[in-house]
Amino acid sequence: AVVSTQSTGDHVGKLSIVENEDQDDTCTTLVLHKEDHTLGNVLRHMLVNNPEVEFAGYSIPHPSEEKINLRIQTYETPCLSVMYRALDDTMEVCDHVLDEIDRAEEEWKRAQK
Amino acid sequence: AVVSTQSTGNKIHLDVHTVRNTEDTRYPGTYTGYDDSWDFAKFRNNFKIRIIRREEREIEFDMIGIDTPIANAFRRILLAEVPTMAIEEVFLQNNTSVIQDEVLCHRLGLLPIMVDPRLFDMKGKGDKAEERNTLQFKLKMRCKRNKKAPTDTTNADELYCNSKLYTRNVEWEPLGSQKEWLKGGVKFSHDDILINVLRPGQELDMTMHAVKGIGSDHAKFSPVATATYRLLPEIQLLREFRGAAAEKLRSCFSPGVIEIEEGRAVVKDARLDSGSREVL
Repeated sequence: AVVSTQSTGDHVGKLSIVENEDQDDTCTTLVLHKEDHTLGNVLRHMLVNNPEVEFAGYSIPHPSEEKINLRIQTYETPCLSVMYRALDDTMEVCDHVLDEIDRAEEEWKRAQK
Repeated sequence: AVVSTQSTGNKIHLDVHTVRNTEDTRYPGTYTGYDDSWDFAKFRNNFKIRIIRREEREIEFDMIGIDTPIANAFRRILLAEVPTMAIEEVFLQNNTSVIQDEVLCHRLGLLPIMVDPRLFDMKGKGDKAEERNTLQFKLKMRCKRNKKAPTDTTNADELYCNSKLYTRNVEWEPLGSQKEWLKGGVKFSHDDILINVLRPGQELDMTMHAVKGIGSDHAKFSPVATATYRLLPEIQLLREFRGAAAEKLRSCFSPGVIEIEEGRAVVKDARLDSGSREVL
């Protein structure tokens, strides 16, 4: 992931981190570009179900701009590692749903016979 | 007794004027003594998909044990981010029909094409149209008077030849080596979609290019007519209903939800309920 704190003209990386004066690893606001509720709500849900996370929320600053602000506050763990974990968990769920769809399809075909 | 480490989920409750319990409170820390944190093993054990109904163009299935953000994300992705092929550029040589150029082209874009979009690449702005990113179609029709028509008929189909243009009149023109890897040819998903109507002397001559795109760019690229999800209703009868009361109860719900068995009203299939709350 490209991590930068500034947008450079037209091309923006996927992920930016809002400037944090306190240099505290446990509180960050991430800006995800070209994303909306589809990913935002899922990530928020996975983050909130992590007991290491004190607070997680997302918002869309303006509906005309395709950006989401994701705020993460943890008790002790660095925010980015918690973010990676949320992303990995989401991928795990999606892979499993894909397997389950195939299995349900097989079951349906068998039941039709 | 088995003590679960997960608290039981709250159910959304429909009252006469309000809906209660819409917030999902099952986060770690809400209920002391329970460990509600995300556990993939638990998810995998509980999660099940059951296909209820499957037709050629429609499927209804249950997802049991999944949370709404993820189910909703799947729905949003189906609508906006699964790619398909659709007509994007139309090269009109001749259009003397009554349908304006832009209206006709808009209609063409909405025609669903029966082809696997995974075989194609997205076409970027500067890319040339070639076999890996474009499908080419051609339609050239001229309407003539039918000399053999019976003299007293007023039916347009009998009086004129080629007066109605359907998707079956469109020809696919394979580019490059498309004939080899697009076996079976490329058609539209329905043969009988009416594209245009002509009268004698009117002509339509055009070449169309279809490209790969996603629904968030233009709704014509959305692969689904619609994708929806809802929570499965649960109806509990708090007392026994017999006789006239049972009949009245049955008429308050959508047909099939409540049936009368042995004189008593029973909940037969809560799935069919529309959530109208008329019974309240």
